Order: sequence, then C-alpha cells, then structure tokens
Amino acid sequence: MTAAGRLLRQPWLWAWVGAVAVWAATAAFTGGMGSGQVLSAALTFGAFFVIVALGQMFVVTLGPGNVDLSIPASMTLAGTVAMKTMGGAALMIPVGLALALLVGLVVGVINYSLIRLLRIPPIIATLSSSFIFQSAAIWWNRGLRVKPPAALADFTTAKIAGVPIIAIFVVLLAIAGHVVLTRTIFGRSVLAIGQNMRAAHLAGIAVERVRAATYIMCAVLAGLCGFLLAAFSGGAALNMGEEYLLNSIAVVVIGGTSVAGGFANVPGLWGAALFLFLLVTMLNTFGAGAGIRMVLTGLIIIGVIVAASGSRRET
Amino acid sequence: MSALVSPRFLRALLPPLSLTVLLLAIFYLQPRTMSYFGLNLLLNLAVPIALATIAQMFILCVNEIDLSIGGFVSLAACITATWLHDTPLLGIAALLGLVAAYAGMGALIHVRQLPSIVVTLGMSFVWLGLAVLILPTPGGKAPDYLRTLMTLKPPFVPFPIIASVVLALVVHFALMRSAFGTVLRGAGGNPRSLERAGWSLLKLKTTMFAASGLFGVLSGMALVGLTTSADANLALRYTLLSIAGVILGGGEFVGGRVSPIGAVIGAVTLALAGSFLSFLRLNPDWQIGAQGAILIIVLALRVLIGRVEAKR
Repeated sequence: MTAAGRLLRQPWLWAWVGAVAVWAATAAFTGGMGSGQVLSAALTFGAFFVIVALGQMFVVTLGPGNVDLSIPASMTLAGTVAMKTMGGAALMIPVGLALALLVGLVVGVINYSLIRLLRIPPIIATLSSSFIFQSAAIWWNRGLRVKPPAALADFTTAKIAGVPIIAIFVVLLAIAGHVVLTRTIFGRSVLAIGQNMRAAHLAGIAVERVRAATYIMCAVLAGLCGFLLAAFSGGAALNMGEEYLLNSIAVVVIGGTSVAGGFANVPGLWGAALFLFLLVTMLNTFGAGAGIRMVLTGLIIIGVIVAASGSRRET
Repeated sequence: MSALVSPRFLRALLPPLSLTVLLLAIFYLQPRTMSYFGLNLLLNLAVPIALATIAQMFILCVNEIDLSIGGFVSLAACITATWLHDTPLLGIAALLGLVAAYAGMGALIHVRQLPSIVVTLGMSFVWLGLAVLILPTPGGKAPDYLRTLMTLKPPFVPFPIIASVVLALVVHFALMRSAFGTVLRGAGGNPRSLERAGWSLLKLKTTMFAASGLFGVLSGMALVGLTTSADANLALRYTLLSIAGVILGGGEFVGGRVSPIGAVIGAVTLALAGSFLSFLRLNPDWQIGAQGAILIIVLALRVLIGRVEAKR
C-alpha cells in the first residue's frame, strides 16, 4: 500500500479535514481577519475538550454501553473544591491540584463500585452518581465564585509565540495517552476487552481490574480538566461542565474511535476538538443566533456520526 | 404462603411499596396533604412526568436509550403555547411533524446501527435549539381546553390520580396484553427470532419511537396546561426523571422487560420525592443528589432481591 493510501485509511483524518475546512470557511468569510486569534482560542478550548475526551475515549473503547456521564458533575465538583481550598493563594496551588485529582479518584472509585456491585449499566450508574456529585458541588460552593490564584490563572492563559501553553501541555498529555493506548499492556487490554470481553478474559486479562482503572482514569482526567477550566474562567461555576457531556462523547466519536468499542485513536481527539470549537465559531461569525447554532451543531454531529461510524445492517 | 414471599413477588411489589411508604411519610410530616386539594397539589406535576416516563419506557423496551426526551418535551410545550394556541392547524401539523421526526430518528438509529446515546444526545441540541427559535423568551399561552382539562376537579378523586391510572391501564393493555404489543416487546427481547418469524425490525422499532414521540408530545401539552406558559428549558430535567422513573418502576435496561404500570408508579414516586424532601426541610442543595441516592437505593434493593432469587 502506498503512503497516500495508508493516510486515507486513517480514522482520524476526517476530523482534521473538517477542522481545516471549517477554519478556512471562517477565514474566507472574514477575509482572513483575526484567523490567528480564532486558531489560538480553538487551541485553548480544544485543549479542555481533549483532556476529558481522552478519559472518555478509554471508557468508550471498553465496549458497548460503556460511557461516563458523570464527567460534567465531576469537573464541577473538582473545580469547586480546589478553588475554595486554594482561596486565591498561590502557595496552595499544589494542594488544590492534588485535591482536584483526589476528587476525581474518589468519583471514579464510586462510579466503578456502583457498576460492579449493583451490576447496572455504566450509563445509569454514572448518571445517578452524577446527581450526587452535582449536589455536593452546589453544597460546597454555596453559589460563591472563588477566584483562582493569579499565578494559576496566568498559566492557563499564557502563550508562547501565540501558542497557548495549556495546548502544548495537553498535546504532551495526548502523546502520553497515545503511548498508553498503543504501547502498554493496559492500553492493549482496554482494546482487547472492547473487541471481545470474553476472549480477553480467557486470554488472562484481569478484565475487571482494567475496567476499574479505566473509569478511575476518566474521572481523574475530568477532575484535572475541572481544575484547569475553573482557573481559566476565573472561578468554578456550577454549570461549567454542562457542555462537556455531549462534547466529550462527540469528540471521541468524531475523532474516529469506534462507539462499539475495541478501536480507538488519539490524534482524532485533537482534530475533533478543534472541529467542534471552530464549527461554533464559524456559526457565530456567520451571525447565527443561539437557536440555529444549537440545531446545526446537533445535526452536524449526527451527520458526522452517520457518515463515519454507521455500517449498514445486513438483512 | 411461600408464594407471598417469593422474590419475584417481592420485586413486583417494590414499586407500589416504595410509593406507599413515601406517601405515608408525607402524610405523617404534613397531615394537611391528606385531602382532596392537598393530593391535587402534590400530584399535579406527576402527570406530564408520567407521560414522559412512558415515552422513555417505549425506547428502553427496544434496548435503546433516549437522552433527548427532556428537550423534546420542552419543544412540544413551546409549540403548544405558541402555534397551537394562535394557529391551531399549524400547531397540530407541527406536533405531528415532531412525532414523525421521532419515528425517523428511530429508523436512522436502526438502519445505520448507530448508538442511540450519541444520536439522542445530538438530537437534544436540535430540539432545544428549535425551542429557543420558537420561543426565545419565556411566554406563550396555553390553549383554553388544555387548561380546562388539566385543572378539572372531578368529585371525590383528584384528577392527577384518575389520569395516572387511566394512562397506566391504557398502555398496559396496549403493550402487555395485545398481540401486537407482545411483538413490539419482542423487538427488545429477542430481535433475531422475531426477524426469523418474518417481522420487520425496522417497522417495529420505528413504531416504538413514534409511540415515544406521541407520548413526549402529550407530556409537553399536559405540562403547558399546568404551567399556562412555556419556556425552552421547561422540561430539560425530564430526561433524567424519565429514565429514573422507568427503572424505579421495575423496568430493565435490556431485553424488553418493562412495566407500564410500574413506570407510572415510578414517575409518581419521583414527583412526590421532591415534595417529601422539602417537607423534611432537607437542604435544597441536596435535592438533586437525594434523587440520585433514591435511584441507587432502589437498584441496590433489586440486586438484593435478585441474590435471594438466585439462591433458591
């Protein structure tokens, strides 16, 4: 097979093509004005999408029915707890970060325990637990918005030669995720379980241990994202995770990861994250109102999924 | 005697039992609710929730899940409060169009073998966006006949109770007792054997989604009849409530094992849970969390009963 042929078969290609096309359309509409800023903003917001999508990707890859719906609630809880504990003091940043990750760890353990002990589908388990996390965040926060430490806020908005530092950081995180997925026993086990859970078990993979680790990792990444997002947006808001429910799943699926499980790829996450952000920016630039923007976002996501992942039922 | 304590019987008893316990607790905390008007107030909002729960039940019955029902009910409510009130013909056409769109969504999910969770999440954006387009700010007005229907004061028994019982019985006989209902449930229970028997799974699934759309529209209309006006975010929490209601009512996630009567009981229980928590003077911050906890407790009880069943 030629190199070009191999490139065309990469599942992540279409997300990147879409991202570039949408960006070009926006740039053409504005005559190139501000396309640089748009790209920089896309890298920042895309970075937040990629952090949660990385965890969601591993979860989805475990096979049909595996999905984490508690991501928005865990993000909010982690962000709230961390911001309140730090209270704007720069010295407390490591403590805040550790707390946010710890919240993620606890959330992940609770989620997996519910799935395992109650033997309920992950969708329902993470949905019910997310109610509790959301309530805990409301209770902890009391509607107050605690400002993040200045040094942390600066880190999340800083740029090197126009490239947001946070984007560089998340690219490194994504590379690590790629290595974990393709080069470690854990990553290969996740893929194997997604392809055939029974065969994976018979092959000697500790299926339940891998599943537990996957759900915990997903929640820890959500905690990290909540921490960074709260720092970026000047404090934790109770609805800060809202758009991450659909987007974490959409980024994974549009990025070329199979929803049926067993096949995943990391480069597509970045492509899809940029595509989704640039899409909203494009609709904004075209002057579309909130209603039209939502309708089109929904339809385009479904369109991409129909085009990319659907295989015709054989009858 | 042994039939009385068999796990199967216990499991069937779980939904009505939880409802009774909850109702008794409310009566104990606030004796004034134990009257015609008290019950009317307590149960008013249960009717649209029950309708949405039945809608969700049809979807769960064919092994799919619908995360868009909240947005859909909101959209139906917005159309009811605007077009159906101002230009009834356009309103009726739009609501029928919504049912058709739901059927189309089901057909798409089946034909392309798409995960319903992703498609319905995407569609929730579409419904919400359309609702915002139709009614950018809260407002509109309920058609008079809906208002009259939802505020009916029949003698002796409050309207919400009659409506819930009728709803439960109608769906029970249509889905559980009729021949076609059995085939429809089979689409979730054993699709392969149905297909071999010559049924078109596409038609069955589309029918179920259309039924779900119909009840979603009814839920939106009932809601507007109660609130008299609409807003695009009116029913967003119905997505979670409806799933929880089906599960509380003894429905399973796969295999076409659902119970319409249980689903209505589950929905009423959830509607009452909110009142119960506020009578308890529970910190309002924990209201949503308590609903999640109730769901988890009921699921845990069911696992316990299942263990007993397995031991026998």
